[in-house]
Amino acid sequence: MSEELVLSLQHVTSGYREGGLFGRKTYQEVLHDVSFDVRRGEILGLVGESGTGKSTLARTILGMVEPDKGEVVHYTKRPQMIFQDPYSSLNPAYTVEWILEEPLRIYGKYDTAERKRRVREMLERVELPEEVLAAKPSELSGGQRQRVSIAAALIMRPRFIIADEPVSALDVTIQAQILQLLRQLRDELDLSFLFISHDLNVVYQLCDRVLVMKQGRIVEQGAVEEIFDHPKEEYTKQLLAAAE
Amino acid sequence: MKKTSMNGYLAAGLILTGVLVLLIVAGYFWTPYDPNAMSVGPKFAKPSLQYLLGTDNFGRDIFSRVMKGAGTTFAIAVATVVIGAVFGTLLGALTGYFGGLADAVLMRLGDILTAFPSILLAMVIISIMGPGKTVNVVLALGLVFIPSFARVTRTAYAGLRDANYVKSARLMGASSARILWVHILPNIMQVLLPAITIGFNNAVLAEASMSYLGIGVTPPDASMGYMLSEAQGMFGAAPWYALGTGFFMVLLIFGVGLIGESLQRRDGEVD
Repeated sequence: MSEELVLSLQHVTSGYREGGLFGRKTYQEVLHDVSFDVRRGEILGLVGESGTGKSTLARTILGMVEPDKGEVVHYTKRPQMIFQDPYSSLNPAYTVEWILEEPLRIYGKYDTAERKRRVREMLERVELPEEVLAAKPSELSGGQRQRVSIAAALIMRPRFIIADEPVSALDVTIQAQILQLLRQLRDELDLSFLFISHDLNVVYQLCDRVLVMKQGRIVEQGAVEEIFDHPKEEYTKQLLAAAE
Repeated sequence: MKKTSMNGYLAAGLILTGVLVLLIVAGYFWTPYDPNAMSVGPKFAKPSLQYLLGTDNFGRDIFSRVMKGAGTTFAIAVATVVIGAVFGTLLGALTGYFGGLADAVLMRLGDILTAFPSILLAMVIISIMGPGKTVNVVLALGLVFIPSFARVTRTAYAGLRDANYVKSARLMGASSARILWVHILPNIMQVLLPAITIGFNNAVLAEASMSYLGIGVTPPDASMGYMLSEAQGMFGAAPWYALGTGFFMVLLIFGVGLIGESLQRRDGEVD
């Protein structure tokens, strides 16, 4: 793992403004002074209870939410995202082939033959048989769907991926396979991950470093072994105790 | 078990509608008798093999007039639904997906429009544009039908705006137009297609009502509503006129309704 960065957040504060035409505008601050780096080639875990701002953090990194203070610095081109529910992240109206080809079509610089070639290559990387190309997402198993959404996220060859609870909708044996695949893809394609999860066991298995988030703040961060074996914060201890 | 009965609805609807549409399309090229020619038979002839639905007070063949008149009604209904569906979906997609001020304003405008009975509204529009022209009937009805399509598609688009596959498409850099028409539209067909069938039936009834009231299609063109108003005057002497015309219209609505019903149920089954 190098010290080269793919992403850096500096004192990011972010939140939502709500209110319609006739409603009063309200402001809900979700992230408070969040700072961390993602290094090239690492899998950085992000843990915390639900409602603590993990998804808002992902949205802020992806630019769906503008930070109110602070800065999000990307050192790579467009990051991509893998969602929790692999069904809702795949367009149910289309076949797997269409779904995988779509990012390349939008990019617009590859001809049909090149698109097909890239789709098949990526399919091989996520270890799916060619038969799935003609299938619609509803015809696939949960594990297959998640492999398809990983392939869709990777097809434009991003260097940085945000994975939001990518295995929590899957059963345990499939979880292990997907985690193994993510590790493998990280090594083969030189990827970096921000891996959001509430499952500390999964984070322990997969991640290199971990961020602990509580009520919109990063309360602790460091190498996984260090945090898990010697937690400093009371909140981290509680999380670990709950996961036992 | 369940699936068979769904297909039953669809098959019955398609067959019924298919036969009627075949008759209607045939009516554009051929009818047993000239539908507007008088004295092709005796006056007030009862239905027989020669005159399937009998004749009217001028000795015109009612079956020929039904074929022709249903064609007029059918064409008006199709054109109305096309206008309503295309512009309604356009408005619904934009307001549902983007939300904001335009959404609030347009939807309240739609509320105001739907607060009036649609026939009344169409009458007002026709009186402004000038009565007696079929194209004005189509435009008026089409305009009146836009809000209902906009409402249905708006809800569907608003529901899918934050679907993960839509977020993914945005992350990939897809344009808003591509997201609206390529990524979302195929997924709202489950609500749009039943809305189209319901809209078609409402358009048939609306055209009939307007022509019946004398603000729709004008003679000598036949339309179902105009024929029903003609038939009313001779109900005692030739009840088959009203019954034949009405029955044909009921069958058409029933057939299209069956198709809509099966589409709606299939939607419920999938999700």
